[in-house]
Amino acid sequence: MTTALKEWPLWEVFIRSKQGLEHKHCGSLHAADAAQALDMARDVYTRRQEGVSIWVVPSVAITASNPDDKGELFDPAADKIYRHPTFYEIPDEVGHM
Amino acid sequence: MTGGIDYLLHLADNALVLGQRNAEWCGHGPVLEEDIALANVSLDLIGQARLLYQLIARRQGGDATEDTLAYFRDTHEFRNYTLLELPHHGPLSGYAQASLDYGTTIVRNFLYSALMALRWEALENSADAGLAAIAAKSLKEARYHLRHSRDWLVRLGDGTGESHARAQAAVDHLLPYAQEFWADSPAESAAVAAGIGVDVTALKADWDAIVDAALAEATLRRPPSGGYVPEGKLGIHSEHLGYLLAEMQSLARAHPNGVW
Repeated sequence: MTTALKEWPLWEVFIRSKQGLEHKHCGSLHAADAAQALDMARDVYTRRQEGVSIWVVPSVAITASNPDDKGELFDPAADKIYRHPTFYEIPDEVGHM
Repeated sequence: MTGGIDYLLHLADNALVLGQRNAEWCGHGPVLEEDIALANVSLDLIGQARLLYQLIARRQGGDATEDTLAYFRDTHEFRNYTLLELPHHGPLSGYAQASLDYGTTIVRNFLYSALMALRWEALENSADAGLAAIAAKSLKEARYHLRHSRDWLVRLGDGTGESHARAQAAVDHLLPYAQEFWADSPAESAAVAAGIGVDVTALKADWDAIVDAALAEATLRRPPSGGYVPEGKLGIHSEHLGYLLAEMQSLARAHPNGVW
C-alpha cells in the first residue's frame, strides 16, 4: 500500500511574456499534478497579463548547485575579464553581433 | 423594451449573486492557490454583472446606475436562479464560516458554468449588440470556470472516500435546483421572441451531456430529477438571498453616494 502524500508536491513555474522569447522563472506553487499546476499557475501568476505561455516543472526534478561551493564554482571567473569580448575590434563588414 | 431589461437583469443578478457567494472564500480557501483561483472566478462574475448593469442603466436612463441596481434593489427584485444564492453547504448545516464546504462550491460552479459556457456562446448572436459584446467577453471566462470546476469535480468525486461522499452529497443537494434553468419565465420568453435571448431548453441536451460525462468521470451518480422547481428568476427566493444581500448592500446603504 502506498502512503498518501500529506502535502501536494511543489512545482516551479516559468512564464513567457508577450514580448519575451524565453520562459522565465517566476515562482512556485503546490499542486496535485502537472495539469493542475498549469491551471493554478494561470490563476496565481498570470492575473495581470504577465504571460502567454506557461511551463511547470516538478521542483524535485531540479538539481541545484550547492551554495557552499560558490567559491570554487564561480569565483575563479572573476579575474578572467579577457573572456568578455571587449578587447577585439570588430570589422565593420561583420555588422551586428 | 421592458422584456429586454428583465432578461438582462436575470443575467446580471446571476453573475452578481454567485460572484458574491464565491467571494466568501476569499481568505478562507482550502489552499492558497485555490483561494486565488476562486477570487479570480468571483472577479470575472462581478465584472460580467457590472457590464450588464451598466447596459441596463444606460437603457433605463434617469438616475439608474450600476450601483443603484446592485445595492438598492431588494430580494424580490432580484432575478437570479435560486441555485446561486444557496450557502456553501448542504441543506442541514449552519451558517458558521467553518461549515463552508468546497464540494458544494465546486458542484454549483460546475452546474452554472456548464450552462453559461453554452448560453454565452449562443448569446454572441443576440440581436442586442450590447449583449452580444458582453457575451463574447464572458464566454471565455465561463469556459475557464467550467474547466476549473470540472477538474475539481472529477478530483473530488474520484478522490478519497471522504471527498467522494461530500461531492456526491453536493450533487444530490444542488442538481435539483438546476431544474430552474429550463423552467419558463416571461422575461426569457419575451427575450427569445425578440431575438435578444436564447431558448435555454435548446441547450439542455448539450448541458446534460457535459454533466453526465463529468459525473461519470468523477464516479458520481446523477440523482433522479423531479420535485420542487425553484422560482428565483421570478423573484421568489429562498431565505438565503436576504442575508447575502444584507451583507453585500449594507455599506452602500449606510453611506449612499459614497465614493472611494
